[in-house]
Amino acid sequence: MSSTSLTTGRSWRPSLPRRHVPVLATLALLLVMYGIGVSQYRAFSNVQVVFNVFIDNGFLLVVAVGMTFVILTGGIDLSVGSVVAMTAMVSASLLRDGLPAALVLVIALLIGPTLGFLMGCAIHFFEIQPFIVTLAGMFFARGMCTFISDSSISITDGFWTSMSQQRIGDPAGNFVSISVLIAFAVVLIAAYVLAYTRFGRNVYAVGGNAQSALLMGLPVARTRIAVYTISGLCSAIGGILLSFYTLSGAPLIAVGMELDVIAAVVIGGTVLTGGSGYVFGTVLGVLVLGVIQTLITFDGSLNSWWTKIVIGGLLFAFILLQRLIGIRFK
Amino acid sequence: MTAVADRLRPLTAHRLFWPALVLVVMIAANTVYRPGFLAVEVKNGHLYGTPIDILRLSAPLILVALGMTLVIATGGIDLSVGSLCAISGAIACLHISGAADQNSPATVATALALAFGAALVLGAWNGVLVAVIGIQPIIATLILMVAGRGIAQLVTEGQIITINSGPYRAIGLGHFLTLPLAILIALAAALLVAAFTRRTALGLIVESVGGNAEASRLAGIRSRRIVFLVYVISAVCAALAGFMVTANVSSADGNAAGLWIELDAILAVVIGGTSLAGGRFSLGGTVLGALIIQTLTTTVYAMNISPQTSLLFKAVVVIAVCLVQAPAFRARLRRRRRGAEPGPAAPQREKEQVPA
Repeated sequence: MSSTSLTTGRSWRPSLPRRHVPVLATLALLLVMYGIGVSQYRAFSNVQVVFNVFIDNGFLLVVAVGMTFVILTGGIDLSVGSVVAMTAMVSASLLRDGLPAALVLVIALLIGPTLGFLMGCAIHFFEIQPFIVTLAGMFFARGMCTFISDSSISITDGFWTSMSQQRIGDPAGNFVSISVLIAFAVVLIAAYVLAYTRFGRNVYAVGGNAQSALLMGLPVARTRIAVYTISGLCSAIGGILLSFYTLSGAPLIAVGMELDVIAAVVIGGTVLTGGSGYVFGTVLGVLVLGVIQTLITFDGSLNSWWTKIVIGGLLFAFILLQRLIGIRFK
Repeated sequence: MTAVADRLRPLTAHRLFWPALVLVVMIAANTVYRPGFLAVEVKNGHLYGTPIDILRLSAPLILVALGMTLVIATGGIDLSVGSLCAISGAIACLHISGAADQNSPATVATALALAFGAALVLGAWNGVLVAVIGIQPIIATLILMVAGRGIAQLVTEGQIITINSGPYRAIGLGHFLTLPLAILIALAAALLVAAFTRRTALGLIVESVGGNAEASRLAGIRSRRIVFLVYVISAVCAALAGFMVTANVSSADGNAAGLWIELDAILAVVIGGTSLAGGRFSLGGTVLGALIIQTLTTTVYAMNISPQTSLLFKAVVVIAVCLVQAPAFRARLRRRRRGAEPGPAAPQREKEQVPA
């Protein structure tokens, strides 16, 4: 199935590397959607609209970056949404118990990677499908949320509220929150790691063909476990950002978020079988989702379920595009 | 000691042994915790009791898991079943709620036919994406999983449609020959699928496609047609489950109907011993797996633990069952047990498989 498709896309313009096409298509889509928004609604051209997309989706961006690592190795992590909720929940409950903010931050940031590390070990050493292991992780984390508390816990800690309310802006009055800066930092670090470090090369190699990577002497085990740990860490950071954003921990928050994240990564041009994709694409994918939501909010007459239908349609379009330009599919 | 172990080996080696053991242990634990657990009584000519409840409530899961078993046997996966449940339930309830006489069997029959039609179309859509366009199953069905919830809400216009229809309610709550109708429908579906797959060559063909689609095609099997077929079957099973879920509460909620049922179904299939890699499947194991999951859920309810916390138990069961079934884990365990006596050189390593 895969070998035939490789030759069909030969006639594509040679000047454009084929692996860049999905990312460029996402960029084009994003610009078109933004253009539609600007032409339809006067307030859409306001810079703050763009900033708000980042403010509202900062945590999604961080989690999607972690997911990009996992998907690049050809795996999948379904636990991210639950880990985000669990992190927010744990921080909220620890803060309620009066622990100092710095300690809470450390504990909250350790839980996600630990769970990710354990899942990575189960996936690698016991050869259980990532899908099933992370599904169990998802159940576990979601169960822990309600185990901690059945109802949402609000956060009144000084550090959290100041992080939540701090506005960094220009004289014109446009601003972003600190969460956005943290998200950007995560994106930049991730992009650097993937593009310029040995570990990044290993991630692409394992995703391209784990067997070959092993025969080449690359540390497949370490890489595979590391990506799930990274995804756990990103989910934990995402959880902290979400708790900054909502100033509470709720047991049922971020349900189904893993789907949005996977959709963002795929729309961003990362191939689900692994080995091809960029962090930059993921950023664009998250922005596409954010702009869709903004457009639907601006329109007012469309209901929220249209978001899901549009995301589904976009997923289809992008997968078809990847297929047409002949990127390898299993 | 070893003699007993030797005699038990054929039993423990049977692939349904571990799932069955888990179910028995769970029922035993329940009976110890609550002696009345296994009590079944007859009221108004119907059987009542916790075991009957478990059977009735597990019916939708069994149905969805049946379709999922076939899909997974071909090496695929169908994430869209939950959304399909919601869509089919919504369409059926919408038609019934708009009818003049909600109790007329003709109305209910039309509603079911309409919903089945929609399920066939959506199943065919999944099938085309996977079999014809060749998209990876997990992502092809993810499309409908995301968009399907939106479609279901579009059908119900974001409202919860309540209906008052006797015949429709019977699908979820009715009785036949003292047993709940739902479980009879699920069992009939299971027997039908079993008859078609195990009494004809279909099951073998499905397994061969799951083992290696390309080799099967070269051997003269129309792989694509088989793959297409299993997604349609899965959609039809999901639609049937959707009727039960909505009939249970006499209302259709585009958001909540069939939520997470795809994950439970995949879990049931895996617990039942079907490999996610495809190539072999066990329908009996799937039914057993679905019963395990429902027993677990009921147990947690009965112990007054919040339903969400039941996910913790589910996580433990999933990991335990998967570890027990994972060849790598078993090999490790066996090696450790034999660690004392010098075994024959190194334990034989499985050959590295190189994908063709």
